[in-house]
Amino acid sequence: MQKKVIFRGRLLPIALLAPQLAVTFVFFFWPAGQAIYQSLLREDAFGFSREFVGLENFQEVLSDPTWLNAAMNTVVFSGCVAGLALGLALFLAVQADKSLRGATVYRSLLIWPYAVAPAVAAVLWLFLFQPEVGMIGRGLRAIGVPWDYRLNGNHAMILVVIAAVWKQIAYNFIFFLAGLQSIPASVLEAAAIDGARPARRFWTVIFPLLSPTTFFLLVVNLTYAFFETFGIIHALTNGGPAKATETLIYKVYVDGVENLNLGQSAAQSVILMIIVIALTAIQFRAVEKKVHY
Amino acid sequence: MRRRSLAAGALALASLAAPFTVASTARAQQPVEIQFWHGLNQPLGGMLEQLATDFNGTQNQYRVVPSFRGSYAETVVSAIAAFRSNSAPHIVQMFEVGTGTMINAGRAIKPLHEIIAETGVAIDTRDFIGPVAGYYAAADGRMMAMPFNSSTSIAYYNKDMFQRAGLDPNAFPATWQGVEEAARKLKAAGIACPMTTSWPSWIMVEQLLAIHNVPLASRSNGFEGLNTELNLANPVLTRHLTNLANWQKEGLFRYGGRDTAAEALFPTGECAISFMSSGSQARVRREARFNWGVAMLPYYEGVAGAPRNSIIGGAALWTMNRGPSGQRTREELRGVAEFYRYISTPEVMAKWHRDTGYVPVTRSAFEATKATGYYTQNPGADVPIEQMLRGGEPTPNSRGIRLGGFIEIRNIIQEEMEKTFQGQQTPEQALQNANTRGNQVLRNFERTNRNN
Repeated sequence: MQKKVIFRGRLLPIALLAPQLAVTFVFFFWPAGQAIYQSLLREDAFGFSREFVGLENFQEVLSDPTWLNAAMNTVVFSGCVAGLALGLALFLAVQADKSLRGATVYRSLLIWPYAVAPAVAAVLWLFLFQPEVGMIGRGLRAIGVPWDYRLNGNHAMILVVIAAVWKQIAYNFIFFLAGLQSIPASVLEAAAIDGARPARRFWTVIFPLLSPTTFFLLVVNLTYAFFETFGIIHALTNGGPAKATETLIYKVYVDGVENLNLGQSAAQSVILMIIVIALTAIQFRAVEKKVHY
Repeated sequence: MRRRSLAAGALALASLAAPFTVASTARAQQPVEIQFWHGLNQPLGGMLEQLATDFNGTQNQYRVVPSFRGSYAETVVSAIAAFRSNSAPHIVQMFEVGTGTMINAGRAIKPLHEIIAETGVAIDTRDFIGPVAGYYAAADGRMMAMPFNSSTSIAYYNKDMFQRAGLDPNAFPATWQGVEEAARKLKAAGIACPMTTSWPSWIMVEQLLAIHNVPLASRSNGFEGLNTELNLANPVLTRHLTNLANWQKEGLFRYGGRDTAAEALFPTGECAISFMSSGSQARVRREARFNWGVAMLPYYEGVAGAPRNSIIGGAALWTMNRGPSGQRTREELRGVAEFYRYISTPEVMAKWHRDTGYVPVTRSAFEATKATGYYTQNPGADVPIEQMLRGGEPTPNSRGIRLGGFIEIRNIIQEEMEKTFQGQQTPEQALQNANTRGNQVLRNFERTNRNN
């Protein structure tokens, strides 16, 4: 039996929705509209001269090898971050779900990193991996690994991925743990009685039952890797060396804020918006079919 | 529904704008407030704010209100954004790479020479030392900005390590040939990092070219107009970048990252030689646990015309109009001018120079410091200024660099250098790529600034 609430008249529902709609309008539709408008213009930094150039900015962005490089970096970076953050968080959640001594302490400790601001997280990792003063950086060099993220692009990418993953694991962990705890014990007991071993129980019972959580987290993690890792990259590598860690969102910042090339920066953010909308739509159409609620 | 959201948006905007309107109406009897945005972090930022406090104590007509806005680049961006919303500060501290952008900013800025002419406040622009005055002057020689914290780059070396390698600790090699030889000896003595540099583009490209009297770009490094082209693929720079790449392979040179990232390598005793800003002396003095010395930047022996003066870094003070539709009142301009006059007095400027390690931007401050015997008591403290005055009046190639979008060009140069050090491309390719990409930036800037 579903209970439907029906409002009399239209005024009340509109009034109740208004704050949310106003926020969405002011913080999403309006700036997005501005970005689209700006992407068709070419302007000097101070806004004195303004020239309508149609789709020229888009054409230039899409044929710019540095933009394609940033797109490739984004694919690698987002794939690594989402994959590792989900995989490790699931592993940790499964471990935390077992009846261990001190499980609550373990759980709280795992949740902590989420409370750390991205820039602070980046500085923490910087202190560890700095080749001359960092503990791990010096250790790596001592055992003969020529660790230097300031010159080696792969090292730099590894570093930003580690920092971004570490930051996101806590969030994923909370959701996975909650998901695991909502799986009825009776189902697992039944499987155990049927003779399923732990690994089999995990893949045939637990994992499918976790699929709504996993799907939700996949969407959230990809969005995180696309947009919210800016602070980490900015504090750790500034997109370098030689653009090795420049992702699409970081390039929007560099071109718009540092280089004051507003038109192209706006065009890039419009393209980015389209990519993420498309990605989310694909996820909902393709992946969601495999999800059992 | 739509109207409601629009109203909400308008309301949000109004509340954002409110503080500024209040601030501009409530200054009837109070001293005229001069907003001053700066980009110096501690301890330098504190010293700068003290300067404003001292000025406010000398009179009661004007009150300079300094506020820290993040790094130089962030300060530039926030000042431009504020200008677009009619709330620009009166004074903004702008680093030297932003000079081309500001000079072409048209109505956004109020040139220094106009302020002097309109207010009659006595600021002697002929007192500024050559390379500083040249950097901030328009093509016709009139001053556009108020020079303030100028620096230049110099060589730092670890005297203890020099001794260990059997080198004379009191003589830093004057030429790159000599530096190469010294680095080999340092390496032979077991020193893991003989040499590094901070600010790779500023020091290893821009300064190098100025010292060797080679243009970085056509049209006198951009001083004569926006239709300028880069000249990066020249023999001197190719030779130097090839050397750096080879030295890096050989273990004589270590790339330590962009901007100031490599700065820590010297005071920690990791690298024996480092090329850094003269403003880094305060840090080295505080952190280094060994004997160290400073010297002028090396040059290549045999290049005609070398060595010349080095160019400046650091920042200057730009006066801004309030916004696209907002001019400054006479009183505001007078306040700005009085503040400029105060900081350029020999005593104030000399103290600032001694406290911070920035070069004195006026001749009178330099003479005043000399007269106190400061340079004899602190050997090396005069290396930066002597280097800036080397070779007499600056040439069109050593006067400075005036390129629009130079912040972006500098990053492009650093990226292409990094690719060379990674072994992805040869020095020739790097300079060619940097040249092509940089010219694209110049063309974009020319196009959007044509009408200003």
